[in-house]
Amino acid sequence: MSGILVVAELTAQGGLHKLSLETLAAAQAMDAPVSAVVFGQNAGEAAARLARYRLEKVFALDHELLAQYTADGATAALDWLIERVQPELVLFPHTYQARDYAPKLATRRGRVLVSDVIAIQKQAQAIVLRRQLFQGKLAGDYRPAPGMVFASLQAGAWRADALIPGETPIETLTPELAAAEIRQQPEAPFRESSREVDLSAAPLIVAVGRGIKEESNLELARELAGVLGAELAASRPVCDNGWLPMERQVGSSGQTVAPKLYLALGISGAIQHLVGMKGSQCIVAINKDPDAPIFEVADYGIVGDLFEVVPALIAEAAKAKS
Amino acid sequence: MKILVALKQVPARDSLFKVDAAGRWIDTADLSYEINEPDAYALESGLRLKEQHGGEVVALCAGPEGAASAIREALAKGADRAIHIQDDNLLAYDSLSLGRMLAAAARAEAPDLILTGLQSDDIGSGQTGVILAEVLGLPHATIIMDIEVHDGALRVKRELEDGWFQHVALPRPAVLTVQSGSSKLRYATLMGIKKAKTKEIKVVSAPELGVAPEAGAVLERLSLPERTKRTVLLEGTPEQQAAALVEKLKHEVRAL
Ligand SMILES: Cc1cc2nc3c(=O)[nH]c(=O)nc-3n(C[C@H](O)[C@H](O)[C@H](O)COP(=O)(O)OP(=O)(O)OC[C@H]3O[C@@H](n4cnc5c(N)ncnc54)[C@H](O)[C@@H]3O)c2cc1C
Ligand SMILES: Nc1ncnc2c1ncn2[C@@H]1O[C@H](COP(=O)(O)O)[C@@H](O)[C@H]1O
Repeated sequence: MSGILVVAELTAQGGLHKLSLETLAAAQAMDAPVSAVVFGQNAGEAAARLARYRLEKVFALDHELLAQYTADGATAALDWLIERVQPELVLFPHTYQARDYAPKLATRRGRVLVSDVIAIQKQAQAIVLRRQLFQGKLAGDYRPAPGMVFASLQAGAWRADALIPGETPIETLTPELAAAEIRQQPEAPFRESSREVDLSAAPLIVAVGRGIKEESNLELARELAGVLGAELAASRPVCDNGWLPMERQVGSSGQTVAPKLYLALGISGAIQHLVGMKGSQCIVAINKDPDAPIFEVADYGIVGDLFEVVPALIAEAAKAKS
Repeated sequence: MKILVALKQVPARDSLFKVDAAGRWIDTADLSYEINEPDAYALESGLRLKEQHGGEVVALCAGPEGAASAIREALAKGADRAIHIQDDNLLAYDSLSLGRMLAAAARAEAPDLILTGLQSDDIGSGQTGVILAEVLGLPHATIIMDIEVHDGALRVKRELEDGWFQHVALPRPAVLTVQSGSSKLRYATLMGIKKAKTKEIKVVSAPELGVAPEAGAVLERLSLPERTKRTVLLEGTPEQQAAALVEKLKHEVRAL
């Protein structure tokens, strides 16, 4: 057993999921030989992109049964490769796709997957994997038992621009797969009704979270958005409750925005929300909890009760505008 | 259709979390608990499927004695009976042995469908449903927003990233991990709460199920996250805070 195997992800369009490169960068920083694998039909282009970095080898797993992603197909194909390569560490990007098959793959090999890792520390012979608990409010250290280690890495925890370029040979392999072992039949991906608001184009956004407590309190946020000339957006629970349409949800399942100003009211800052807005030029957070993870990305913070701060803010903003 | 719903009891979301003296877990004094949010949606989906297709909803929960309150809530909302794997030290189990424990209880029930939440609010490994499926040899699908039942098969709506969705067909029995927001949650009625008292809660232990904790990777140390960003905190009364912010928005952010 030796080396690191990075499992890169092919998008439905045949490109490389950008988190794949962050995962590759994490592996390169670890001072061990790194190989990468990409699976799917016609993964050649994605494999060629991976081959532009300094690696031992890029494996392209090609099979007609991998034409569309399925958890069963991905698990069987990667299990087949891992059996041949025997890496000591297998890294995945913590994408929705990896969530779907990586725990299955680790279980098939009798191993534990440490998911959504934000830091890897080498300690003597072992490694310690840090991940978030309680939706980012606390951090936990996990030391995997000796043997093959499986970990998936959080979006944004490593930087793809740190990648070391190189020229890597590509090996195309056909894994042993049987049609009968693939039980999921996926249909084509689709988007819900056309989006009426394009939040990604909005220069100013006022976003509300569960801290708003009740649907009727949304008026307060609406009024603030009104004086600022901002679009209204929300975290998932607000949309789940039907208080705002899904198209206004910001985050990994919703829209990705990068406005000049993102004003977050009563949003805790779970990673699935942060990935959708942390590229904003200026982030302001109003939250009563000084330890809320949203303050990790905020430029300006107000620790306080939004029901006291927002009315004052509406008045001040109106004054400043007139 | 027999539907098994795995639910976990977690500390209430709004709790202020402190690390305990040993640095191993949170200080649990004065904590209140609730059903893990996506699990409440898993239960809701299960109850709706039962209403449409008949059958039975069985709640499955591993946790300490106190987790019984989550189980009673599930029964009050309409679950028919429950299995409580009583264990005071779930932290000793890695995700695989926890999955094996739930699988042992599930196997004995031979359900047509197993629903879990997609992720727990405390540990948040987002894996248990998928592990359960592999241990039981069942097909699975994750991040589910909608479930259609056809003869012997399922067609589910999965959430993908960036607002994309996908339908997937799979045979039954299967394991599905349910996403929050998939349907509107019901409240327990007074009648439901009363009825719940007469419903069966089967209490079992890990040894009875033939499983033991394993430490393939368990939490060694819990800490406050390192803060790297220097947020400028605006202090004072709400009025002063608001005035300071408007000042920044006007002159530094140029957003006004
Ligand atoms: C696969 C997956 C995908 C997801 N996709 C998304 C997504 O796309 N977008 C998304 O947002 N989430 C997503 N989530 C959910 C995410 O993990 C969080 O649960 C969610 O973002 C929490 O929303 P919130 O911050 O509004 O609520 P909470 O976490 O409940 O936070 C509420 C905050 O309000 C504060 N507060 C309460 N009262 C007041 C008050 N009076 N004044 C000021 N502050 C107050 C509290 O201190 C707290 O910080 C996803 C989760 C998963 C597992
Ligand atoms: N102790 C438990 N008892 C019952 N179900 C659980 C338990 N732990 C996890 N689950 C289920 O598995 C899902 C995912 O949890 P996790 O893998 O910890 O993120 C939860 O939403 C529950 O449905």
